[in-house]
Order: sequence, then C-alpha cells, then structure tokens
Amino acid sequence: MAQKAIREFDAKSILAKHWDKYFPNFTYAYETVMVQNGTELTNAAKEKTWLSKKTLVAKPDMLFGKRGKNGLVLFKDSKPGDVSLAKASSWIDEKSSSKQSVYFSFEGDTPHGEAKVDMLTHFIVEPFTPHSQEEEYYISATCVGDNDVLYMSAEGGMEVEENWDKVIEVAFPITATEEEIAEKIKKSIPKDVAAKDKDAFAEFAIGFFKAYRELNFAYLEINPFVLQGKKVELLDMVAKLDDTAGFMMRDEWGSVDFPTSFGMEEKSPEVLAIEDADSKSGASLKLTILKPEARVWTMVAGGGASVVYADTIADLAGIEDLANYGEYSGGPTTSETKFYAETILDLMTRSKDAKGRDKVLIIGGAIANFTDVAKTFTGIIQAFDNYADKMKEVGIKIYVRRGGPNYEKGLKDIKEAADRLGLYIEVYGPETHVTDIVRMALTK
Amino acid sequence: MSQLFTRDTQAIFWNNNTTAIQRMLDYDYTIKRTKPSVAGIVAPTSNSKFDKFFYGPDEIMIPLYKNTAEAKAAQPQADALLNFASFRTAYDVTMEALELGGFTSIMVTAEGIPERLARKMNATARAKNVTVIGPATVGAIAPGAFKIANIGGTIENIVQSKLHRAGSCGLVTRSGGLFNELSNIIAINADGIAEGVAIGGDRFVGSVFIDNLLRMQENPEVKYMLLLGEVGGTEEYKVIEAVKDGRITKPIIAWCIGTIAKYYDSGVQFGHAGASANGDMETAEAKNRAMKEVGIHVPASFNDLPEIISALYHELHAEGIVKDITEPAMNTCPKVRKSKEFICTISDDRGDEATYAGFPISSLATPDTGKGIGDVVSLLWFKKQYPKWATDFIETVIKTVADHGPAVSGAHNAKVTARAGKSVVESLVTGLLTIGPRFGGAIDDAAKYFKYANDNGMNPAEFLNHMKKEGIPIPGIGHRIKSLKNPDLRVEGLKKYAAKCFPATPLLDYALTVEQLTTSKKENLILNVDGTIGILMVDMWRALGYTEEEINEFISSGTLNAFFIVGRSIGFIGHVLDEKRLAMPMYRHPMDDILYDVQVAEKI
Repeated sequence: MAQKAIREFDAKSILAKHWDKYFPNFTYAYETVMVQNGTELTNAAKEKTWLSKKTLVAKPDMLFGKRGKNGLVLFKDSKPGDVSLAKASSWIDEKSSSKQSVYFSFEGDTPHGEAKVDMLTHFIVEPFTPHSQEEEYYISATCVGDNDVLYMSAEGGMEVEENWDKVIEVAFPITATEEEIAEKIKKSIPKDVAAKDKDAFAEFAIGFFKAYRELNFAYLEINPFVLQGKKVELLDMVAKLDDTAGFMMRDEWGSVDFPTSFGMEEKSPEVLAIEDADSKSGASLKLTILKPEARVWTMVAGGGASVVYADTIADLAGIEDLANYGEYSGGPTTSETKFYAETILDLMTRSKDAKGRDKVLIIGGAIANFTDVAKTFTGIIQAFDNYADKMKEVGIKIYVRRGGPNYEKGLKDIKEAADRLGLYIEVYGPETHVTDIVRMALTK
Repeated sequence: MSQLFTRDTQAIFWNNNTTAIQRMLDYDYTIKRTKPSVAGIVAPTSNSKFDKFFYGPDEIMIPLYKNTAEAKAAQPQADALLNFASFRTAYDVTMEALELGGFTSIMVTAEGIPERLARKMNATARAKNVTVIGPATVGAIAPGAFKIANIGGTIENIVQSKLHRAGSCGLVTRSGGLFNELSNIIAINADGIAEGVAIGGDRFVGSVFIDNLLRMQENPEVKYMLLLGEVGGTEEYKVIEAVKDGRITKPIIAWCIGTIAKYYDSGVQFGHAGASANGDMETAEAKNRAMKEVGIHVPASFNDLPEIISALYHELHAEGIVKDITEPAMNTCPKVRKSKEFICTISDDRGDEATYAGFPISSLATPDTGKGIGDVVSLLWFKKQYPKWATDFIETVIKTVADHGPAVSGAHNAKVTARAGKSVVESLVTGLLTIGPRFGGAIDDAAKYFKYANDNGMNPAEFLNHMKKEGIPIPGIGHRIKSLKNPDLRVEGLKKYAAKCFPATPLLDYALTVEQLTTSKKENLILNVDGTIGILMVDMWRALGYTEEEINEFISSGTLNAFFIVGRSIGFIGHVLDEKRLAMPMYRHPMDDILYDVQVAEKI
C-alpha cells in the first residue's frame, strides 16, 4: 500500500521543518506537542514553557476526525479557553485510562453507523488560539484521477462540509510548472475570502500546494487555518504520505510513524511474524486472518490468483467459511515458504470444525511466470512433515492446483509426501481450471 | 500503430537479468525469429563487452553497454526498452530514454515507484506518444513475434498455452500471474491470443485498459478482446464509454476480480496496490454490472470464464470471423545445454575446409588467388577484407621490421640461447621476450602520443612542451646516425608508398611538421622508422573508416606491437638457424667485460 495516513503532529512537524522554504513571508509558532499520558505532558512543560504560560487545547491524535462531535476536544474547563496544564494532564489521563467509543460519521450532531471502541494512546496539545470565525479558512490537496486537485474555501472549520458548494476546486496535471500553478491559484481564490486577506491567502495556497507536491504528500488538509496578517495558525491537520517515496524523503520527513487506525483489531502474533518475514524478503508474503475458527484455509501463490480464490470461496461457500486471505509470490525461498506454510497449519490445527466436518486447505496458484514451483512446494512439504499428526487429528483435506516452472516435479513431490504421511490430498496441474479445486473441495 | 510488436521488434534490456533474457531468446528460437529480440543490454556496472546466451543449441553474444545512450547509438533499430531497473532508478532510466527518443514502447517492471514520479513518467511518455507498459508488470507479448522477459513463463508453458503463434484474442489484465492463467484458458477454450498486455499492479500505470483495447480494436489480427480488471479505480468505465460511443466494436469478454472485498472494511487489502475501492462505483460488482449493461460478455463468476470464452469463440468461428489456424513449424530448444568455455570469432575448422573469417584457406593460399600475407593478417586480425593498398602496406611493414642485425637485444638473446643447445622455438621466444617498451615499443608509443597531440589540436611547439612536462623523449623521433641530410631510406620508402597509395595521411603530415621543429634543434631528431610505421598505421585505419575509439583500442591492446613481433620473428629465426648451422659452442661472456664492484653486506 502506497498511501499511508500520518498523525497530525507529524504533519505539522514536517511543514514546520520546511516552513521557510514554502512560506517565507509567514510565521508559524509550531507550538505543539504529542504525548501519551498526563505525566509526559507535565514533563514536556519543563522545556516548552508555553505549556504552562498559555491556556491549552488537547485532543487525540490517532488518524480519526470528528473529534469535536465525539466530545474528544478539550478546550474549556468552565469556559472556553481556560484549560490549564494541570487540567489537560488530568483529562488525558482520564481519556486514556479506559476504552473510548468513537463514531466516524454523523448526521448533524447525531452519530451515524457503529462506533469503534479502542484505547486512546496519543494526544496532541497546543495553545488555545482566540480568533474570529471570519479568520478561519480551509485548504486541502490530493490526487484525483490523473490530476492533483487543490481545494480552497473561505468557510473553514466544522462548516466546510455543510458549505462544500462554496469550495473552489482547481486541478493541475502532474507536469504543470510552478508558474502555471501560481497563476491559476491567484485567479481562483474564493470570492468570500476577506479583501484584506486575498493576497496573503493566494501566497499561502501557492506555498501549500508546492509543499504538497515536493514533500510527496498523497493527501494534505488544513481545516481550519487562521490568517492573522502574516501570522498563521494551523488548527487542525490531516495528512497521508506516499510511502513509496520514503527512500527519497528520509531527511525531509524525519522520523514519521505510520500508525494503524483507531479501532482496528490488534494484529495477531502470527500476522506480525509474517509481516516481519515479508519485510526481510525480496519475495512477497502476506497474511490476513479473517475468521480463525472457519473451515476453509488458503495458501495461494500470486496477488491476482489469491483474490480469485477468495472470490470463488465466497461465491460457493460464503464468507462464513473463509478463514484467511493471503498470498506468497515473487520467488520465495524454500525456508520462507516452509515458515509461511507452518504458520497457516499451526492456526488451522488449533481446533476442530465446530460442525465436525473436515477442514479444507486450498494450495492454489495460477501458472507461475518465474517462481520455481518444486522449490516452493519443498517448503510446504517440510511443513507437512512437522504438522502431519495434528493435521490428521483435526481432519484436513488438501486440494492443490498449480502450474509454472518445474510444476510436474512439485505436484509429484507433494502428492508423494501426503501419501507417505497419510494425508488426504488431490493434486491438479494447469489442465484444470485455476479455481476448479474450490468447487471440488466445497461440493464434496 | 495497430500492433505493439512485430517479428522485427528488437529491445534494449536495461539491467543484465540473464534468466529473463534467456527466456526471450528461447522464445525467439522456438518461433524461428531471424534476429534475436534483445539487441543490447545496459549493464552499468559490468566491464564486459558482451554476455553469452543460448540461441537454441548454440550460443550467441549480446553486446553490453554502460548506459542507455550508448546502447541506443549502437542499436538505433531497437525501439523497445525493457526497463528492469529497481524502484529507486526506474524513473530516471525511463525519463532518460524518453529524452533520447527513438523508443516506441517502454516496459517498466519495478514495483513501488514513488507515485508522483510514476505519474510524471507516464504523462511525459503519453505526450511523446510512447507506450509505457507497467510499472509493476511482467510485460506483454505478441505471440509469434516478440515476448517481453518472463511473461508466459517457461518455454514449455508458452507452447502449451499457444503463445508461440498468434491466435485471435486480445488480452489485457492487471495481474501478471493471471495473465498466464488466462492465456492457458484461452488456448484450451479458443485458439490463443493475438496480443496480450499485463498493464501492472501499481496505482499509476502508463498504458491503461482503454489504451490497449483501442489499439487492439485497430489490430486486424484481434477478433475479440478479454479484459480482466480488479476492484478499485475507474479505468473499466473508460472502456464502457468506448463501447457505448462505438469506438470499440469488437466483442469484449470482461471480469473484475475482488468481488469478495465488499464483505470486509477497508482494513483488508486484497491483491495489488491499485486494488482498493473508494466508493461503490469502484467495487468489482458495480463494474461487472456496468460492463454487462453495455453488452460486454460478463460471466457469473471467474469460474465461468472458460465457458463464456468457448461460446464466443465458437460463435465467431461459425460466422467465419475467426478462421482456423495452421499450426506453424517451430524449433525445439534442447533441454540440456552446456555453455562454451571458449569463443572464437576469427576462424572455423568445423566444415569441409577450415576458413579464415569465412574464407577457405585454399581461396587465399596459392599465388593465383592474388592474396598475400597482408590479406591473411587483415582477415585473422581484423575480420575484414582490407583493400590492396592496405594489405600491401601491412606486408611492407612486416618486411621493413624483419631484422636489424645481431646486436639488438632480442637477436642477441636468441643467439645466446641457440648456442646453449636449445631448440628453435625456445631460442625464438627468448628473443621475443625482450620486445616491449624499450625494444620495438616506439611504434606503439609514436602512434599513441602523436595521435593524442593531433586529436587535441596541439601545434608542434605545444606537443614538444607537453612531452617535456611528461618527462618522456618523443617516441618515433631520433636516430643514432641518420639525419635530414642522410635520410633513412626505409622511412623514405614508406613515405613514398603512403603518398602514392593512401587516400590521405593527416597524422603523417602532422608528424612531419613536428619533425621540422625537432630537426631545427638537432640534426638527427628525424622521424624514424618506428615512428613512421606507427603513424602510418593510424592513417591507414582512419582511411579504412575505423572510429577514433576503435583505433585507440587497437593501440592500447598492442596491435601495433603485433606487427613488430611477426616481422621480427622472421629475423630471430634467421639468427637461430644461423647459429645452428655454424654449430657455435656455448657462449660465456668474457669476465674482463664486467665491472665487479661487490661490497661485504652490512649487518642490519
């Protein structure tokens, strides 16, 4: 996956780091800290004295929006703008001590859909900035189709969605020059922007879009930002980076986190182990556990084929029966395939099927372009050797279909190994339609 | 351009991926292409000039180049670039090739090129009307004509999937693995494919479904198309538009994989980076439904694809749109092949009669052939038929350098060895071993330094100054006794021949202006015989059309020295035979001719 969300704190830090390059005529105080609990915040105040001198705003920094509507923005104790360091610390400790419910969508102020429940672990704390609604503006940029699109509005903050018709959209091809971009932006400033701010808005927007392009953001939004003469406040930010550009952006981005989103299930140790193996290998190893107690497990080679197998299982058996999704490809070594196969066999043999049926293992794949089938199957056979007893105890029927370099040997080897170990197996080559083993396995 | 590739298409392969290149050549051999599909390889870190590959049972050499510009200059006919650079450099390689021009298609294999760079690369190529296949692809194939790298897998699978000759389906997929699978399905249920492209799995790829389908619409060999899409993106809708507005009229079979994605939230990534639905319109279901609505043949599931292919094929066949195919003859690649340890490019003794660079020895040997030793040298040393003025010059050189009396170090050595009772060959080599920088080396050095001065536009005074700074006496200048007034007649002979027979002698002309300056300082600083030979050799090669680089290579590889070795061997053998006939005894050097100055070694 190329586009990855980053924390608001990191987004602001990246802009602050390059501020003078993109916004030479504006000032930004960059008064912001990220903490995980109240004590960290209290300690941060020793160096960042503004934390004890100014009144504060605190909110979770965990990739989700609508924090105001979820009641997760602390900006008042008894009245707006009176939050002290002590109050912010105790609020963070309170909110991080137990799981919180968060709604991702609202109709008006009414939550819509189901809430995600998870711990809050990261908070961003900044000074409370008194300003008027007229000073709040909206700006964002992302890629739509083949173009980059800049969105600008004089209605910032929570009102931008209700007033989406007032948002100006300006599209630029990837090959647009800086001059072309600047000229087009200048001509497209929303008419509701206060006359005194028009030039400053244009200058800021040009710098913003340049930063979006040059720093390889996939999405960048400031909503709202506040313009007070040459002073800018970034009140709320959302950003995604194109992580494939990471190798060129090491210095530009600094140390940046790509956290998993709030409410996502914790990854199991098995999935983490496969991810770790994947990151160390030139080949690709992917595993997602969908329903560990389900009956049908897949061990499929190839990104496209794995999807086709999942589609077919869902069509013929329904997703209730599908335990996992995953794929291995790009010529993994024998030991990588063995590890991958053992991980799946281990998960699969932890319990018997609730209805007493045999479990099904689909070892599938299309006709490989360059992966050596016999070599990868050697790894799977070694895993069979180690798990044969458990497999027989649980009851597993194995269906194999594969083609490509050395496939005859691979198919013969796996058939012989299963027969030797007393495992049920059916083996097919390229003469059988790629997903036909799913039909055979599920209609028996 | 209605066809992506033809049987004449040749590629420059960026990165020496020997397995993939070998697969291409196996394919070429199987389908009986006349020229290999890889014309050259860019291997930036290799110091070799070529790499060996199998072509059927034999081996061929494919030239290696340091960079794309060099490769393109040497192989201007190669209009496909197969960019196998890593995700870090693939963008730069493509952009350089677009800048150079002359490529009609560029395939990019790297996965995970930064998105902005991929977009810029794709947009630049589009503006220049260059088809980009990929990034993140296994390639494309025009069966029976040209195949990119690993697409289609092993040669056995290619033949089994009928990818060795054109069928009637145009195939476009995102996935590379499923491309192979579909080729197989189409071969089983219909008559194979006419052209196929795996467009690549990254979010931003160069040529998209519609680009390829519109080309296939124009390609008369394509009778119907098969499109395999994926959940995510809106590219399939461009195809739907083209069907609606009549730009595509040929029948299309299509299926989008990833129907399962609807059951899970966005946390589960199915398949490729490009495969992630933003909104209902991008789901596989919606796309399959929309395609079906405009009359595209959409199966109920992937499992039903074979039936629908078979049905459409038989329908088109019944209508006479698809004709029966006569299976072409093919070559079979041997299963076991052994790489050759040695390479020979000058002569061949395998046939009826041994040949020198393609000429039977009998066609050169006897006087009636009109050929001399100069012709033999030109064939065996340069693999070219030099004109008579040049072969005559070579013979003149050999004759001129054949001997210079018994006192020179080589002749002396040969004589001493012969007197020790050693054989002709042993005595000869002791003589030859003295040939080097101080004996015979002036020919090489004269050619090298005079050419350098001339190439760099130095006037004689500047050249002298330059050599003074280098601390080297000018090679090829000076003689023990000869001077302008008492000229060396060997030199005069060479100059006279060159003036009469060479088309031009620019380096000699330059050397003579240098001689004017040196002789004005000292009488005997004339252009000597070594200098004249070296310089005239350069003029000969220039007149024969060699590039300056090739000539520099002749000089640095010791070719000039070789003329001296051949010539002087005649003289050395003469001295050895002379000793044998005279039956001279073992030689011992007189002690009174040696200065003995031996100190007692100090203790340290």
